[in-house]
Amino acid sequence: MGSISLRSVQKTYGHGAKANPVIQGVSAEIADGEFVVIVGPSGCGKSTLLRMVAGLEEITGGEIDIGGRVVNKLEPAERDIAMVFQNYALYPHMSVFDNMAYGLKIAKVPKPEIEVRVQKAAKILELGTLLQRKPRELSGGQRQRVAMGRAIVREPQVFLFDEPLSNLDAKLRAQTRLEIRKLHAELGVTSLFVTHDQVEAMTLAQRMIVMNAGRMEQFGAPEDVYARPATIFVAGFIGSPPMNLLAGRAEGARFQVDGQSLPLACAAPRSGELILGLRPEHGGVDASEVPGWALQVDTIEMLGAERLVHGRIGERPFTLRIDSTLAPPTAGSVMTLHPSPRHLHWFDPQTQARIA
Amino acid sequence: MIENRPVARVLSHLVLVLGVIVVAFPIYLTFVASTHTAQEIVQQAPMSLIPGDNLVQSYRLALFGGQTENGARTPPVAPMLWISLVSALVVSIGKIAISLLSAFAVVYFRFPLRNLVFWMIFVTLMLPVEVRILPTYKVVSDLGMLNTYAGLTVPLIASATATFLFRQFFLTIPDELVEAARIDGAGPMRFFKDVLLPLSRTSIAALFVIQFIYGWNQYLWPLLVTTSEDMAPIVMGIKRMISGGGDAAIDWNAVMATAILAMLPPAAVVVLMQKWFVKGLVDTEK
Repeated sequence: MGSISLRSVQKTYGHGAKANPVIQGVSAEIADGEFVVIVGPSGCGKSTLLRMVAGLEEITGGEIDIGGRVVNKLEPAERDIAMVFQNYALYPHMSVFDNMAYGLKIAKVPKPEIEVRVQKAAKILELGTLLQRKPRELSGGQRQRVAMGRAIVREPQVFLFDEPLSNLDAKLRAQTRLEIRKLHAELGVTSLFVTHDQVEAMTLAQRMIVMNAGRMEQFGAPEDVYARPATIFVAGFIGSPPMNLLAGRAEGARFQVDGQSLPLACAAPRSGELILGLRPEHGGVDASEVPGWALQVDTIEMLGAERLVHGRIGERPFTLRIDSTLAPPTAGSVMTLHPSPRHLHWFDPQTQARIA
Repeated sequence: MIENRPVARVLSHLVLVLGVIVVAFPIYLTFVASTHTAQEIVQQAPMSLIPGDNLVQSYRLALFGGQTENGARTPPVAPMLWISLVSALVVSIGKIAISLLSAFAVVYFRFPLRNLVFWMIFVTLMLPVEVRILPTYKVVSDLGMLNTYAGLTVPLIASATATFLFRQFFLTIPDELVEAARIDGAGPMRFFKDVLLPLSRTSIAALFVIQFIYGWNQYLWPLLVTTSEDMAPIVMGIKRMISGGGDAAIDWNAVMATAILAMLPPAAVVVLMQKWFVKGLVDTEK
């Protein structure tokens, strides 16, 4: 029903020599009722991809299929979608009620039914007392809810969210994030949610698409994306602070970084030039006397529950996250790390892809 | 900085009062003159500054015409008022309608040579009626539009200024609003009617005031395209009443009454629309 499939979708601005490919063949199958988040840095094409699904951008190549229907040539209104914009895009001269009812009015839905649907959405979103207000009389969070209400009353197959939380303050954002989750659980409508904020992505997504420079880097459940990043980009993008990446040479059970030889508990997947990734929380700080990785400590940040230790291994910057109940190291000292082999991520420096 | 010094307050009031006198006194003089008889005005020089008792007669004479004290016939002003009103309304409403639509086309539609079209409209800013008056007259006369409402109004309707103003306003409307409307299923004209028009109503009100006065005050163009008396707007009417004969032959009371009558509709428009104006300025909806 509300499934979406993207089949090598492409988007190019301009022609000939000036052609600027912004989406370079994205393929993904999104099941009915699934909540998928598209995440990536600014300019990676994530909003463009969403707008192509919405029908606001033309599709240069490939196919987009919504609910078993190829929608490439359909107008946005005919695609059975609803969209929530970053700046809400409420009609400033219409009341909250009219804002939500406008689409239905155009679709010639009978008046009593419009009334019922708007009231129902207003009840879900707790907008009941605000229906006669104008958008300018509402707070940011309320406007955001009206924008969602406008999407809900259309009862579409697919909800599209274009960074809807980025104009809210931090507290409201966390609260609205929960509300969106609840709403999705309640309505079960397929949702595509674009954000540059990985916390939003991790918390909201059932599955997430990580994009970079117009390509899909990885598509998977947040746990998988975090535990097994498919590329160097994903490894460095997801996680805060990001994964430590050390470029060096693997030789058997040793890894050479800037003249320092790091012992590995088991052999690297292959010898030669490799990139080794290690999450800050997987440093393997323990009291054992076995030789390990020498981390030269530069600065320490206290975050409350944990501390961030910034230092260097060889000449490479390296960040470590340790529990704040542990005794903090002093700046200038050397810590010894014994990372567990199951926490090591290996990447090929040429293809950028994960090896093991 | 707000100062509260008595001297400064007296001074500023003095300046304001002076300003009001400079502007208002001629109008008062006109009004007083319209309440005297023609004889009183000409014979008692300088004229008395106290209103006389000839008000009703002067205005009746001006509005409906008739036999004057000098024995001449003066044409009725009422039809002239009507002609002025119709042309001013047609010019202002026509200008607003056309510029709204052309700005809509220029901003929201992609068509070949769109920029060229916009610049062509823009260039006509440099060609006011006075500059293109001969070719325009030729066209209007060839089309047989002399002495018609069409002749009085059509050449004045196209307006680069208004088009430009609406274009600038439309450019400030966020693209997301257009996209939201597309997702809601509103076609271009529906979007124009339901979103753009309500949002631009304060600009429309402002333009209406300006263009109504512009249309009402037209003098040179009507002078050219109307030859028959019964198509003359009121501004021309005043001129016609004071041309011919010496001071004694002119019914100054009727002339002054006509002047007052000619001033009333633009003043009314300004006063009535001012509320809209201020309202529009206070609650900006964006």
